[in-house]
Formats: sequence, structure tokens, C-alpha cells
Amino acid sequence: MSVREESSAITAAGKPVSRFGARNWAGIVVVLVLAALPLFLANFTIFQLTMMLIYAIAILGLNLLTGINGQFSLGHGAFYAIGAYTAAILMEDAGLAYGWTLPAAGIVCFLSGFLFGLPALRLEGIYLALATFGLAVAMPQFLKLSVIEPWTGGVQGIVITKPDAPFGLPLSQDQWLYYFTLVVGLLLYWFAVNLVSSRSGRALMAIRDNPLAARAMGVNNALYKSLAFGVSAAFTGIAGALGAIVVQFVAPDSFTFFLSVALFVGLVVGGVGWLPGALVGGAFVVFVPNVAEHFNKALAGAVYGVILILLIYLMPTGAGGLVRKVADFIGRRMKSRPDR
Amino acid sequence: MPQQESAPFPLLAIRDISVAFGGIRALDGISFDLERGRILGLIGPNGAGKTTLFNCLSRLYTPTSGDILFEGKSILKRAASRMAEIGIGRTFQNLASFSRLSVRDNIRVGAHCRARTDMLSDGLRLPRMRRAEERINGIVDELIAYLELSSVADLPMAGLPFGTLKRAEMARALAVGPKLLLLDEPAGGLNHDEIGELGRLIRRMRDDRAVTVLLVEHHMNLVMGVSDKVVVLNFGRKICEGDPAGVQSDVEVIRAYLGDGKS
Repeated sequence: MSVREESSAITAAGKPVSRFGARNWAGIVVVLVLAALPLFLANFTIFQLTMMLIYAIAILGLNLLTGINGQFSLGHGAFYAIGAYTAAILMEDAGLAYGWTLPAAGIVCFLSGFLFGLPALRLEGIYLALATFGLAVAMPQFLKLSVIEPWTGGVQGIVITKPDAPFGLPLSQDQWLYYFTLVVGLLLYWFAVNLVSSRSGRALMAIRDNPLAARAMGVNNALYKSLAFGVSAAFTGIAGALGAIVVQFVAPDSFTFFLSVALFVGLVVGGVGWLPGALVGGAFVVFVPNVAEHFNKALAGAVYGVILILLIYLMPTGAGGLVRKVADFIGRRMKSRPDR
Repeated sequence: MPQQESAPFPLLAIRDISVAFGGIRALDGISFDLERGRILGLIGPNGAGKTTLFNCLSRLYTPTSGDILFEGKSILKRAASRMAEIGIGRTFQNLASFSRLSVRDNIRVGAHCRARTDMLSDGLRLPRMRRAEERINGIVDELIAYLELSSVADLPMAGLPFGTLKRAEMARALAVGPKLLLLDEPAGGLNHDEIGELGRLIRRMRDDRAVTVLLVEHHMNLVMGVSDKVVVLNFGRKICEGDPAGVQSDVEVIRAYLGDGKS
């Protein structure tokens, strides 16, 4: 007991200042690298990086729900689909500029998520996972319904025209969309970080850690859990809208259950509850299947599976846990040096 | 809130409440009052109905009949999450920490009902959010100093010593800004010295912060040491009510605790 107290006293005294600084520097470096990358890469790779950012946004949304609020979802692909279709329909049928489809997709998905969250309040853990799984499975079928075919284009889907860089900027379409996505992603990340460190975010985490105590502190659990579903779905929906614009195409079979599983895998690999992990998760979703395929085309699925198993064994708490361990290790080394 | 009008009422009035689970009467016509600024100890042998009563007060159970009045108004229509805003705070029998949050953030959650924000202004850091944070941080800083938690304030709850956690949860309950503080077996798991300290803390909270306390507790020394009034339950009924000295010499109470010698 006394040993633990002592060590925690040391971290209490030394940590906040240095860790805070290191964390900010790491963030700045990551953003600079992300901003510089498309200047050196071929268009197809830029496209892949854009998809990485898009999945990162979707996973960030899922992380707010699962990591911060403790609710499971195996159905976020459905919200991604709703966002993608909202963008596609608004652009092609209503002639809305692509930039405006993002807030629209965000609002539509917030409402969908909030409404889905209300009945889901009765469900916990694996039962909630099952209900959201149902949502994911139903979504492609739903999008094929003939009643809504005039808007959704049925099985054919909708083809979207790719936007050019505005203001005569000397950027290719792919480069422009990459930067557009990057800016949107950074704004959403900023929003998520603010949310988590605010009164609402603490209420979400309190519900995750102890719903009974949260209620006694005046937190309206039902309201906050539904809101968490809404906000999470809005993030994922905005990602879906970006995905539609970047891929220039939406069709029911792009949004099968596998998309939901991919987002869930990205969440776990990145680290549940660690917001920057979304980027790692996005990279995993986009690049690891490629790596697996590159390794052996016939056994791509098996290689992917093995990579996943190895990762979970080596870093059971995802990239977030690994980063924390490394940071703690470096922190201890710095402190144990006699000259400091 | 018209203070003058509500002053004639006791802060808390339990009016003839009964709770039945299936055919079993867990509480049977309990009534008592708790005046402002008093410390009331609620005791009784295991299974006497203390926890049931406590759960009625924190709105986890609704009594089958009877009423509970806080400042003269019934609380039985209120959701459990809306007890904090009228000034009822509580601690939990076993720890109920937000274990992955820091001590400071735990206390901040306690102050949840002291400010209003929405997710949009929180996410966008609008002035509304910054005002709320300022207000909450003011409350929290004062409580961290009051309960001497500054050395652990930024550490996560998980892994802190038991006594510290208990103090942090007390701070969290105080952050609600309670007029009435419900303490559910706060001495559980504490050693002799810590219980002495707890007793002094309960009295200090009452004196400095005008908090009225309802204490459910097994530990006799603590209850008899701090309470102004003691209510004894046995088999769902109130068998005695009075000052500590009177209760300790009551025949019914002694029989409830020691048996009547005929079994």
C-alpha cells in the first residue's frame, strides 16, 4: 500500500506538465506528417490515405459511444450508410454542394442514432451488440427497397461527380479531397476532445464507470446514453458522407455487415477509449487487408486473421495501451536519471 | 424557493411508508422526521429494512404506500437522477467510484447538477461551456481543499487506498451541494482511527456546511457518537426513536440486538 502511494505521489508531482507537453508535440508532429504526405504520393495512395482518415472519423464516433460511454455497437456501418446516402441523394437529386452534405448527414445520423438509442436504452452489453448487429444486417436490404428506389437508385446505387479543388488551387482532385477530409477530421477530433473534457463528457464516462452513482449525482442516464448514440452516429454519418464523395459511388452492398465489423475492429486495434487511436484503427482497416493480400493472394483472409490475432495478443489494449506503456516507460527512465 | 414558507416543515419527513416485495413486508408503516441541521442515525439488525428505506430515499424503490416529503414536498414522483438538483446527495455502501476518472473528475461529476450545458456547446467550447467549467471547478477546488485530497486530485480513482476513495466519494456527494446528505454505511471497511476521523468529519460537515445528515450504519460507536437522534428498525418496523442515550437503554432495542433470551 505504502509503495503504491509513494509512486503515485511522484507521478502526481511530475506528470501533468511534462506529459501534457509531450502529448501536444506528438499531436503536432502527426498533423504535420499527415499534411505533408499527399505532396509526395501517387493519387491512388492519396485516395487510400483519405479512406484511412474517413474510417478514422467513423471509428472516432464509435469510440465516443463505446470507449467513452460504454455502449456497444456492431452496427455503425448502418449509420455510415445513412450518411453516405444522405450525401449522395442531396448532391445528385437536390444539387447541394458537397460541403453542405456533411452537416446534413451529421444531422440526419444524429437523429437516427438518437432514435435508435432510445429503445436500445433497455439493452446492455452483448444484448445491445446484438440489436445493433440487426441494424447492420438489415441496412443493405433496406436500401434496396423498391419504395425508396427513386431516391436510392436501388441495387444500382448512385454515382457522384468528383469535386475539383476550389479557388484554382494547384491540387489534384485526390489531393484536394484528402485535405478537405483532413480538415473535417481535425475539426471533429477537436470537438470530440472538447466534449470528453467537459461536463457532458464526464457524465458519459460516469455512466460507463458506474451508472447507479452517475444517477445519484444528477446525471440523466437515459438522456445522455441516447445523446451519445446520436453524436456517435453523427460522426460516423459524416464519415459516410465523406466516403460517398471520395469513392464517387454509393450502393447497398458497399455497406454490409462487414463494414460494421471493420469499424469495430478498428476501434479495438486503436484502443477503446483512446481518441487518437481512431487514426491507428483507420489505418488498420484500410491497409492491413492490402498487406494481407500482398503477402499471399489466395490466403489473404487467413493472413488478415493471423495479423489480427497477433495484434490482440501483443497489444491487448490496442495501440492506446501500447502508447501509454511506452510513455510510462520513458517517463520512468527520465525520472530515474540521477542528473535530473 | 420560498424559504420562509418551507421553514415550518422538517427537512425530511417519512410518512407511514411501507414496502412489500411479493408477500414480504420489508417496511411496515415507518414514520419519522429529520430536522434541519441534525444528524439522524438509522440502525437495526441485519434485515431490519435499513437498506430498503435508504433505497426509497434515493428513489431506487417506490414505497407501496406512504409518502416521503423533502422540504414539505413529496419526492415520490421524482426520478432518481433528479434528486441531486433539489439538494439530496448520497454516498454508497460499498464504493461506487467512477474508477477510470481522476479524483478531481469524480468530484466534478458530483457538481453535474450545479451547472447547465449541452453537448453542442461543450463540443464547440462555447462561452456556456466555459462558464459551466469555471463554476464547477470553483466548487471542486474548494472541496479538494476541504477534504485534503490535493495530493491525489489528478490520479485515477482505481488504485487509491480505500480511505482516500471514501473521502473522495464524500467530496463527490458534497459537490452536489446537498441540503440533505444520505450516508449508506460509511464506516464499512474503515479501521478504528479512520472511523473516529469519519465521525468528526460528519459533524464538521454539518457545522460548516449546514448539511443535514441521515446516517445508516452498523457501527454503534459511530452512530451513538455523532447522532442527534437515532431511529431503530427491526423486521421492517420502527421500534424506537430518540436521543442516543435513550435508545441505548430501551428494552425493545436491547432485545432486538441481543435476543430476548427465550429462543
